[in-house]
Amino acid sequence: MKIGVVTFPGSLDDTDAQRAVRLAGGEAVALWHADHDLQGVDAVILPGGFSYGDYLRCGAIARFAPIMTEVIGAAQGGMPVLGICNGFQILCESHLLPGALIRNDHRTFICRDQTLRVENASTAWTTDLSVGQEIVIPLKNGEGGFVADDDTLDRLQGEGRVVFSYVGGNPNGSLRDIAGITNERGNVVGLMPHPEHAVEDLTGPGTDGLALFSSGLSALVSR
Amino acid sequence: MPRIVVDVMPKPEILDPQGKAVHGALPRLGFNAVTDVRQGKRFELEVEAADEATLAEIHQLAETLLSNPVIEDYAVRVDGATA
Repeated sequence: MKIGVVTFPGSLDDTDAQRAVRLAGGEAVALWHADHDLQGVDAVILPGGFSYGDYLRCGAIARFAPIMTEVIGAAQGGMPVLGICNGFQILCESHLLPGALIRNDHRTFICRDQTLRVENASTAWTTDLSVGQEIVIPLKNGEGGFVADDDTLDRLQGEGRVVFSYVGGNPNGSLRDIAGITNERGNVVGLMPHPEHAVEDLTGPGTDGLALFSSGLSALVSR
Repeated sequence: MPRIVVDVMPKPEILDPQGKAVHGALPRLGFNAVTDVRQGKRFELEVEAADEATLAEIHQLAETLLSNPVIEDYAVRVDGATA
């Protein structure tokens, strides 16, 4: 199963995401922002970083990168897409996910191991987790405050589309402690914390992040 | 050549941490009359002609790229006039 990882100018965590895919047992394919070609991949990851220097708004320019035309079309067709940090911001800017990410309420960059509660274990990227389970993965961002209007927030919570919630204190002012969400179909997931940095004991707070990548691969096998 | 100005501001109900940071610095400089600060962006677009068709395009541009309607409002005007 091939999972593509898009590299934009300013992406930072693309190679970590590729490594996570390989550790989970998949084949990682590097995708280039300026191409119109998904190279036959079965799923796509939009990695963390500062695409286009975060100019204008985080993810605003990446959303119009050539490859995003293909990613948006594939996502609307049901292909699993995971957006991590900057990737989450790009998914919101692309309107594949509702809401937006704004500067942290405390106005400082945050980098820490973050506990999350799994709220939805039936998306394409969370089937190897269970609802109520707590996982620890790194969080590192300056603009991670999730905002949306009340109706949207009610709908996300009512429809079970909040995938991860922050536990042990809200790190960035995200409304209703939301750390990650999914679309109606459950194939597109975005989250601010970085599962790809928690895939090996040597370099992370544990291996909790691996479950997202193994879930993505399971989703492909069962498709 | 005509210039079109697009102002983009965070929606009133959206937290504006940058504006808050600026506001927080004012008393340290001795300015105490300012009760709130909101920070936005101003775009100056040079165009061949500020006709109706161009303005319609600019509105579309403002809505799709220059602003994010989820968190921001925008206003378009021809430099010196309101459009």
